[in-house]
Amino acid sequence: MTGGREDGTTGVPFAAGRPDLLPSRLSVRDDFPILQRTVRGKRLAYLDSAATAQKPRVVVDTLTEFYLQHNANVHRGVHLLGEEATIAFDEARETIRKFINAASADEIVFTHGTTAGINLLAQGWAAIRLQPGDEVLLTVMEHHSNIVPWQLAAHRVGAQLKVVPVSPEGVLDADEYKRLLSPRTRIVAVSHVSNVLGTVAPISRMASQAHEVGAIVVVDAAQSVPHMTVDVRELDCDFMVFSGHKLYGPMGVGVLYGKKALLDRLPPWQGGGGMIEKVTFDATTWAAPPSRFEAGTPPVAEAVALGAAVNYLQGIGMDRIRSHEDALLEVATEKVRAIPGVRLIGTAPGKTAVLSFVLDDIHPHDLGTILDASGVAVRAGHHCAQPLMRHFRIPATVRASLGVYSNEEDIDQLVTALGDARKRFLG
Amino acid sequence: MSDLDELYQSVILDHDRNPRNFRAIEGDRREAEGYNPLCGDRVKVMVKVEDGVVTDAAFQGSGCAISKASASLMTEAVVGKPVSEVEKMFTEFREMTGGREGGKTGSLPSKLAVLSGVKRFPMRVKCATLAWHALHKALNEDT
Repeated sequence: MTGGREDGTTGVPFAAGRPDLLPSRLSVRDDFPILQRTVRGKRLAYLDSAATAQKPRVVVDTLTEFYLQHNANVHRGVHLLGEEATIAFDEARETIRKFINAASADEIVFTHGTTAGINLLAQGWAAIRLQPGDEVLLTVMEHHSNIVPWQLAAHRVGAQLKVVPVSPEGVLDADEYKRLLSPRTRIVAVSHVSNVLGTVAPISRMASQAHEVGAIVVVDAAQSVPHMTVDVRELDCDFMVFSGHKLYGPMGVGVLYGKKALLDRLPPWQGGGGMIEKVTFDATTWAAPPSRFEAGTPPVAEAVALGAAVNYLQGIGMDRIRSHEDALLEVATEKVRAIPGVRLIGTAPGKTAVLSFVLDDIHPHDLGTILDASGVAVRAGHHCAQPLMRHFRIPATVRASLGVYSNEEDIDQLVTALGDARKRFLG
Repeated sequence: MSDLDELYQSVILDHDRNPRNFRAIEGDRREAEGYNPLCGDRVKVMVKVEDGVVTDAAFQGSGCAISKASASLMTEAVVGKPVSEVEKMFTEFREMTGGREGGKTGSLPSKLAVLSGVKRFPMRVKCATLAWHALHKALNEDT
């Protein structure tokens, strides 16, 4: 299934013949119907892509086409619809494999999202490897979803969490990371990109240092895969998880990558149909990965549509998306920083396209409401990263996050609205 | 007046900047904390109750302009009121901010009407009611 448009085009910009005049500027907005709507009578400036990305038409079309033409369960019936659904599902798995350059499609598990993937690993790996006195090494910039599952697992067995700090700019403390790594470290769980700071963690270096002490490395790539080329073999991480919906795909589907040798050793997380080899009332033998970790009916249509999202992004090119967003982030940073009273949170070199800040002592929730009245959608709050907020001694921030469709008009709308907010609050 | 102007009226901005009764109450008092895990707003409400009447009310904590102003206005409004009356105000305040059609507001001092604008912002209603929930808890917990 290609999920193409009725007019035969794929929805991918810069098809043959369209000159790419400015490599840092993409003109893909027409592919995202939601961007045409108004909110509170104003043009929508959607600057909350780090919470969830808007969907290109091709993704919605693929979902619709699946449900209207091919809907059936996978790996079960012998009928034609079942065959079509299974083929589409397997194709999506292969699309994801290529996207992150995994060695085999068997290393790609469809989950329900990043959180599900981390829980699967925290419980599965803890069950076979975590002993009392062992340590799980995290960073202070983790999202709650990459803290709480490890905390649950560690508390259950009497293991400990250790935390790598960041500098005031938001750079991970490499010396402290090295110091905290020890033979007791079993797992390093780290965000590839911070959802608040935009900081990019140097995964390949961290992985090689972790491997020296015999630890495995779990990468939360929820905030990196939508913005840059991610190659699991180059990074040499052991596991990686991400969500479909932040990657311009549907909600309810996510991906867990694991090196085959490690997935083979991992016990199942949930039991059910589809993950077994042989079941008796005395015992059950497990199917091989990835099926072992896909108990029950997987989100088939969503996985297929996620495949379409990835094809769409690759049609543009991840490197071009990165340079577009980098260029826009530079503009946004300059303009927002110029507003009196703004303090940027997270200014690490090479950061990705999120801009967190506070403005004087106006509470971020008040700012969020005022920006919304101008059509500007941002996230305001602790971003599910309370330990990081404490680290910076702030209760919350406003976060403007960019996507492939963001443009300078969005930024200008944000800056104007911030000026209005200042006037309203500070007179 | 736009919805936004109505939400951020000068009374609200004034109580945000200069919150009244933003202090602790020492000695014999009842207290409870309100916390909104979604946004991180935190308020501790303290009250002194003598012979069934609220004789002092104060709060501490951190939050947005709406939650701070609401707590500040509340502490002013409840002093001198019998506990049963305060409970009635709590109910009516929730109905007003929740935008319930035909809800009574008879017990509410007119000053609290400045917070009625929050009903147009469903995501912010909890900011306005946070301190009231804490007060309700303080009044109903065994001390």
